[in-house]
Amino acid sequence: MFEGLGTQRLLALFFAGWLLFSFPLLGLWDRDATLLGVPLFPAALFILWALLIAMLAWWMEHPDQK
Amino acid sequence: MVSPAAVIAASFAYLLLLFAVAYIGDWRARQGRSVIDSAWIYALSMAVYCTAWTYFGSVGRAASGGVWFLPIYLGPTLAMVLGWVVIRKMIRIARVYRITSIADFIASRYGKSPLLSGLVTLIAVVGIVPYIALQLKAVSAGYTLLTAPGSAGLSPGRHWDSDGAFYVALILAGFSIVFGARQLDTTERHEGMVAAIAFESLVKLVAFLAVGVFVVYGLFDGLADLFARARAVPALASLLRLEQGADFSWSQWFAQILLSMLSVVFLPRQFQVMVVENVRESHLRRAVWVFPLYMLVINLFVLPIALGGLLYFGSTPMNAENFVLSLPLAAGQNALALFAFVGGLSAATGMVIVETIAVSTMVSNELVMPLLLRTRQFRPGAGHDLTRVLLGVRRAAILGLMLLGYSYFHLAGEAYALVSIGLVSFAAVAQFAPALLGGLYWKGGSPTGALAGLLAGFSMWVYTLMLPSIAKSGWLGTDLLEHGPWGLTLLRPEQLLGLRGLDGLTHSLFWSMLVNIVAYVGISLWRAPSGHVASQALLFVDVYDRSAVSSPIFWRGEAKVPDLLRLCERFLGAGKARSLFETYAARAGAAQVDAIRADARLVHFVETQLAGAVGSASARLLVASAVEEEALTAEDVLRMLDEASQLRAHSRELEEKSESLERATAELRQANEQLKSLDRLKDDFMSSVTHELRTPLTSIRALAELMRDDAQMPLAQRRQFIDIIVTETERLTRLVNQVLDMAKIESGHAQWHASDVDLRALVGQAVSTTAELFHERQTRVDVVMPEQVPSLRCDPDRLMQVLLNLLSNAAKFVPVPGGRVTVQLDSDSAGVTISVRDNGPGVPREQQALIFERFRQGGDGANRPQGTGLGLPISRQIVEHFGGRIWIESKAGQGSSFVFQLPWHGLKPRPGATQ
Repeated sequence: MFEGLGTQRLLALFFAGWLLFSFPLLGLWDRDATLLGVPLFPAALFILWALLIAMLAWWMEHPDQK
Repeated sequence: MVSPAAVIAASFAYLLLLFAVAYIGDWRARQGRSVIDSAWIYALSMAVYCTAWTYFGSVGRAASGGVWFLPIYLGPTLAMVLGWVVIRKMIRIARVYRITSIADFIASRYGKSPLLSGLVTLIAVVGIVPYIALQLKAVSAGYTLLTAPGSAGLSPGRHWDSDGAFYVALILAGFSIVFGARQLDTTERHEGMVAAIAFESLVKLVAFLAVGVFVVYGLFDGLADLFARARAVPALASLLRLEQGADFSWSQWFAQILLSMLSVVFLPRQFQVMVVENVRESHLRRAVWVFPLYMLVINLFVLPIALGGLLYFGSTPMNAENFVLSLPLAAGQNALALFAFVGGLSAATGMVIVETIAVSTMVSNELVMPLLLRTRQFRPGAGHDLTRVLLGVRRAAILGLMLLGYSYFHLAGEAYALVSIGLVSFAAVAQFAPALLGGLYWKGGSPTGALAGLLAGFSMWVYTLMLPSIAKSGWLGTDLLEHGPWGLTLLRPEQLLGLRGLDGLTHSLFWSMLVNIVAYVGISLWRAPSGHVASQALLFVDVYDRSAVSSPIFWRGEAKVPDLLRLCERFLGAGKARSLFETYAARAGAAQVDAIRADARLVHFVETQLAGAVGSASARLLVASAVEEEALTAEDVLRMLDEASQLRAHSRELEEKSESLERATAELRQANEQLKSLDRLKDDFMSSVTHELRTPLTSIRALAELMRDDAQMPLAQRRQFIDIIVTETERLTRLVNQVLDMAKIESGHAQWHASDVDLRALVGQAVSTTAELFHERQTRVDVVMPEQVPSLRCDPDRLMQVLLNLLSNAAKFVPVPGGRVTVQLDSDSAGVTISVRDNGPGVPREQQALIFERFRQGGDGANRPQGTGLGLPISRQIVEHFGGRIWIESKAGQGSSFVFQLPWHGLKPRPGATQ
């Protein structure tokens, strides 16, 4: 059902994203700090999100490097 | 404020532009030059997910809850991570079985049950109407705010004909009809509409970003300034944190991510653009990351706009959902405000158009058609052309949906924020998930199970989410919520069985999904499905295993071609039906339509074509009425499957055989070519050898004849002639030896004696052997060698042969006097390199490759030196025998350098072997 390295990578990425966006890992970013003037918590959420998309894009656009 | 005329003019101009884009899309599609055949357009069309809810509602949500606007976009991102696995399978199935909507999809999987497809349609309609109302509300509120900023809210209580939302609803219905229900298409794809939606996605993105940039850099001094000022206000600072003063509700966070993850696939409009309108499966590969990226970008400025609005307006109470409009307006940027409104309009129209088209297809195919087919007038046997009826039904459905949305907006619109309305819809369509996902991967799911799951989940949704929302908008007493029905507190809709600690949405999602899944799985496991259902399950779950040729067709019975043709004519139109049958005849190898064999394949073909027009459940009913079919048992299905897989195995075997035959042929052809070229080489070789033999033989013979015929020849001359004869004979001997040598090496019969060779000694020996030769030509020979060279395992005599060849070659070409030859020996970890460099005329680049071939000597014809032309070829054979290579480095006029390299052969270099 979920054969192939590509599919397994996607599954792994899905669970990684799920973990990063939920309890308790998300709580780690909840600090009274700023990143270039942007409060850390929202900044971290957007950066994690962007990283997830970048990883997905890389695997989707380079399917041959298996 | 902006004048109403300007707003209306801008809106109309924008809608006209949309019409133009859609028209061009349709026009290009008819010409076969599709504009939407692009992964980028496909991804943009998916962004129809971002509606007015995103555009206005997210800011409102952020203004009251900080990052709580985000789970609605994180969920779809996660869903897209698995998109290539799950959505691709759905696309493949929809393409193969001509599925036109999500109701059709679910019904097809469960034995084409009309009951199931009707229920799915009903849930979709009930769930979607509030969502359409939400869009109308957003547009209408935006219009009011723009034209009369004083009135903070909107007053839907006005008479309907003075209400802009009503006209908006009508115009959108018109647009949807023109581009979604103008003609009956058997694939149910709408290129123009998709082009327009992709365009709208761009407009709303640019408009929202424009407002964001204006707020951050126009009203404030950049992001850092905005956030610094927000952090100074305690109420705003808490928005930037997770806890926000209260315990963070992880369950709600989880529920919203899960909900949006399911919705992004199962909302009828998402299913429409992702699955039905997909042009190529490969587009999904890019879209799965571009669409999340789009969501990320459009959300970048949500928090800044929300905080900016709260800071800017301070204590003045303003509806945060309208900050996108009210901020530019308050700053006097009317043009920007108008652009922002057009962006919001774009977000709303895009959603409404796709949603109504998708749901109207479902209503006409899954609700109205099955009912019509039961009436006397439209009985399958009757002869009416039904294409016009079908189109009429679709158009009416679009209009009806829009009016339903408008009524809902009128009756309940004011009570709720945009976000809550949207989430209620999400929770409704999430009910499709167990039946659909289960159906994709689990063969055991049965129609009764799916039906029970959907019914149970939907009822629970109505009771725990819809009912409370109606009660709260004042249409029902709140008694029910506080005390439960008949005073039974255990049944209170928002604390069912006393479950507390969850917000309304999470509570409802938990209970509805629980009963849905339990009913679906439990009842599916109760009884084995019938043959027909099992066959559909197989076709769906194993869709990747089947090609068009070997796919099994589960049908048995008797059919007549004219009956099937008449059926198609009624639902697809006469011309179209005729041409479909002609195509089929051509493919099946029949001379004409009448000669088609009415077998299972034809019946399947007709059913699939009809499914595109009326949905698979109705198509099943229609075909069943036109042919005489026998019911299938589970054993029949297994037998047919077996036959199909045998067929597949045979065809695979054949394919493999023909492939290996092709491979063998190619190999043979290659071998033949090689033989031919070898043969040619042999011929060349023979002619060269005989030529080389003839030259000395001719001179020997001539001189011998001279001496025989001239008895008085002086002794001195005679001696001179004899000397020449001896030299020529030596040359002949050498030539014959070399030819034999060459032949031996090439045939592999040469003797090789391997021993550890001291290379320094070997080079020295070679140089001293040729010293006399160089002395005659007044040439200086330099030898450059390192102090130590490890010994090399090879044949010393052969290596000497190579060195002598190169040295005597050099001797032939050096200038006299002033010749210089350098012999250099180097070793590294890979092996040894020996080069012989001379200061002769050099070898032109075009000849460099040739000189290692047989009988190709350097130099032009005039100053061709003595030699057999076999020295270099033999050297090359020897060097290559030891796994090395030989080459020449030369430029014309600058001398040449013959270099060969020999590897260590895996024998480790032994330092100190030579001292």
